[in-house]
Amino acid sequence: MESINAKYVSQKISKSRWRPVSHSSLQQADIFATGSWDNEDNKISFWSIGSHGSSGVEDGFEGDPQLLCEHKHDGDVLDLQFLDQDRIVTASSTGAVTIFRHHQNSQTISVSQQWARAHRYPSDNAPCTGVVCSSPEIVTVGEDGRIIVFRADQEGVIRVIDNADSSTIHAVTYLRTTEILTVNSIGQLKLWDLRQQSNSPSQILSLSGDRVPLHCVDRHPNQQHIVATGGQDGMLCVWDVRQGSTPFSLMEAHSAEMWEVHFHPTNPDHLFTCSEDGSLLHWETSSQSDIPSFLQGGRNSSMTSRSAMAPAGGNQSLINAWLSGDSSKGRLETTHMLPSQTLSVNSLDVLGQCLVCGTDGEAIFVNRQVPV
Amino acid sequence: MEEVDVEPAVTNIPAASSGTHLGFAWGPGDILVYETLYKASGKCRYQRIHTLLPSVRDPATSMRTKNPTCMEELQQVAVSTKVAEVAMQYGNQVSILLAIELIWNLCEVLFIDAAPAGSLLLHLLDWVRLHKADVDEKAREVLQSESPAEHRDYWDVVVSYVLQGRLEEARQMLVKQATLQPAARKMYKQMDTLLSKMPFYNPGGTQTLTEFDVKWRHWHEEVDRCLQDNSFASNKHLELICKILVGDEDTLLEHKDLLSTWYHFLVTRLLFCHPTVKPTELHYYAQSCLTMFLDSRSVPEPLDSILLAAFEFDIHQVIKDCSIALNNWWFVAHLTDLLDHCKLLQSHNLHFGSNLREFLLLEYASGLFTHHSLWQLAVDYFDHCPEFGRVYLELQIERVPLDTERKALKVLRICEQRQMSEQVRSICKIMAMRALRNNRLGSALSWSIRAKDAAFATLISERFLQDYCARGTFSDLDLIDNLGPAMLLSDRLTFLGKYREFHKLYGEKRFREASKLLLSLMTAKIAPRSFWMTLLTDALPLLEQKEVIFSADQTHELMFCLEELMSSLNTTTAGTDRPMQDEDIEVTKVELLRLALARNLAMAIVKEGTVEA
Repeated sequence: MESINAKYVSQKISKSRWRPVSHSSLQQADIFATGSWDNEDNKISFWSIGSHGSSGVEDGFEGDPQLLCEHKHDGDVLDLQFLDQDRIVTASSTGAVTIFRHHQNSQTISVSQQWARAHRYPSDNAPCTGVVCSSPEIVTVGEDGRIIVFRADQEGVIRVIDNADSSTIHAVTYLRTTEILTVNSIGQLKLWDLRQQSNSPSQILSLSGDRVPLHCVDRHPNQQHIVATGGQDGMLCVWDVRQGSTPFSLMEAHSAEMWEVHFHPTNPDHLFTCSEDGSLLHWETSSQSDIPSFLQGGRNSSMTSRSAMAPAGGNQSLINAWLSGDSSKGRLETTHMLPSQTLSVNSLDVLGQCLVCGTDGEAIFVNRQVPV
Repeated sequence: MEEVDVEPAVTNIPAASSGTHLGFAWGPGDILVYETLYKASGKCRYQRIHTLLPSVRDPATSMRTKNPTCMEELQQVAVSTKVAEVAMQYGNQVSILLAIELIWNLCEVLFIDAAPAGSLLLHLLDWVRLHKADVDEKAREVLQSESPAEHRDYWDVVVSYVLQGRLEEARQMLVKQATLQPAARKMYKQMDTLLSKMPFYNPGGTQTLTEFDVKWRHWHEEVDRCLQDNSFASNKHLELICKILVGDEDTLLEHKDLLSTWYHFLVTRLLFCHPTVKPTELHYYAQSCLTMFLDSRSVPEPLDSILLAAFEFDIHQVIKDCSIALNNWWFVAHLTDLLDHCKLLQSHNLHFGSNLREFLLLEYASGLFTHHSLWQLAVDYFDHCPEFGRVYLELQIERVPLDTERKALKVLRICEQRQMSEQVRSICKIMAMRALRNNRLGSALSWSIRAKDAAFATLISERFLQDYCARGTFSDLDLIDNLGPAMLLSDRLTFLGKYREFHKLYGEKRFREASKLLLSLMTAKIAPRSFWMTLLTDALPLLEQKEVIFSADQTHELMFCLEELMSSLNTTTAGTDRPMQDEDIEVTKVELLRLALARNLAMAIVKEGTVEA
């Protein structure tokens, strides 16, 4: 817990994302971008936690984020993703989708491209709520229930799925290179195949109980059919999109809306969630069988006892593990990552051993020694 | 003299750009204009201070630890910014923050720590040292130079140390001078001894105040003797220090530039004249020091009167003066709250209901609510106002502008956590209406589910049904097909779900189940009467099937429904003018239905009566 740095930044942070590091170099994460919301003048900012220690901060803590540059942003930043090393895409509450370019030499930011009213109602703006990219393709979703596909460096839109959803689509993620997953405010997980020309989803999954709105979704980095979602009631659901239409397991995670869920990109036995109730949880599985325990089905209430068993390699095929049916041996360990209750934690991102999160308390927390 | 009606002269206030908030206070012949804290750059402090209230245990230290960071940021910005006006703005902000911290710390010392005589002076010394950091800077500069003892600021530093009672450091500095002047070694040694022997009260020790007083008087006499003996006459600097040690007012006043403030003068004077000062005596000395320090030309600033009121232990005056001088409620609200928690404020019952602390907090929080992003903080403040907090919150929370769904969700969460169901309903209704206006029926339904608003759910279902009647197909099938338990929220919604189910069954050619469902919709009175005609018309193809689908009983029930419908229609529409075409269509429909029903009945009776061979 001592390795957490808090920095107060005078703006409510809605999104924070690490800049991707190339897999070849063993670099640690060092630059992240944040977006603000609810200000009169919102901005996107780039920060560095400089392990190069050149910024000469004697008084500040080592690893205290230093502001590199910032740029005005029209409307709340509702989502933010890195397109590549220099460019980010933001989703705005005005319905605009913008690509910003970060010029590293001069530490400035410029608008590279913008689609101003990508999401809209006939007579009003509709906030764009989610963006995901796989360079050069960008997919966005919004409160107007549209899914739009763009291509960076191309003026117009590539494809629009109008009325993809009758309710607000809260988040989107790639399942495979041509398939995306969206979650909406009536608790449905929809799979879309972008190769098809039809405007309806190829699959719809939903909870069998109340239609609780889902706010976030993330896919397991290695097993592409495993997906985790978080919703308004703070429940963490894990789904297997090949099997059935209901979630595989449900866990009570938070006491309020869960805003983001992330599998650790290189060590997927670890999962992170953050919520409106001000907590950030680190879920770690240490199960005797090879499958993570939250994939073993059934309902777990929050934290269970610690386990002394080390997490297994996890390469065994999940189908086999599931069929072997041994679901009682799993242990799930959950830890709070923030020192004390804060206002809502709106966003988190994890890369390697570094975790960054932003809160409504106008603070950014950086942890450089996440135990993964 | 007649008064001439002229336009008042416009005075431009330098360093104030448009959009900033200015506060002012009238002084005799002057007006103090300053930037107030209602600005984005000072906002960081609101966030951190607001955690003060829950943690009453030691809020003062938390304020002290959190404030410096913000101050540093402001100072950094002030230094780094290139535009002069902006620099001045930030500089002004910094000075206001510094003033606030000064007042706050003094209040802590006087009201909260409530030190008795003896330790009081020690605390005051700490207070002054905390707020006079330039001595250390100068000292660093001098020490880092090649020959510190010959630096032009050297003696200033030594004297400043003595004025602040930092005798150890003064001695260390003097050593450097002493090595340079071996001839005067004896004199320096004497001074060193004097400085080292000055008694300081030790609150934790066994020495009583009287013993300390006696000791101190002895030392004071010794210093006086040195002065009378002209021991330091040859060195004017050492002579000066000796005079300070003896507490000579004129000497102290000669060094106004080093003291820079009257309260520093006060504390120094107390240190060298009355170290056992009692809290009750403080204000005599304070008043006289203030008068002595300020010459006849300069007038006391608002800060001075606030500090004076503090020295007089007049808490209410302090609060009053702060409220006037600072144009927002932030500082006053927190100070009052702190004092209230320490039970130092007698609760004045104000006419508007609650006590002073709550009043100030409510004022402050209401102000916060109007800020576009600080409303979340204000909620916490309202939570801590036991009498009126909830009412204020209920009124204010509905006025938060809801631009995005995410913001609405956060506001709703706040309301739900406090069981403010009225507000939940009204906010959900606003969002649902907006969604409906933009034709987002799914969103609208999701909001009415959250508010458990059956009436709205009915409205939405009506919209769906109207759409169906108009176009013949359902829109937003993904929603209707997957209603789940939400269907039970309203009757109309249930009907919608079941009706859609009927269509699905029909599409899958499961006619028997479809027909049963259709019948139950009518007999269980789930379907609205207005829709019965449509349902009966839907039954027509089922009746016309080769295979008998409706049993005899079921057909009887259908007939009954038809008759019921007809009779109600006849009574209601008797006398209304309807276009001839409509009537014809209706009549034809009814006739077709009657025919189909009759035929079906016949076939059903036959089928049921037949004995299987």
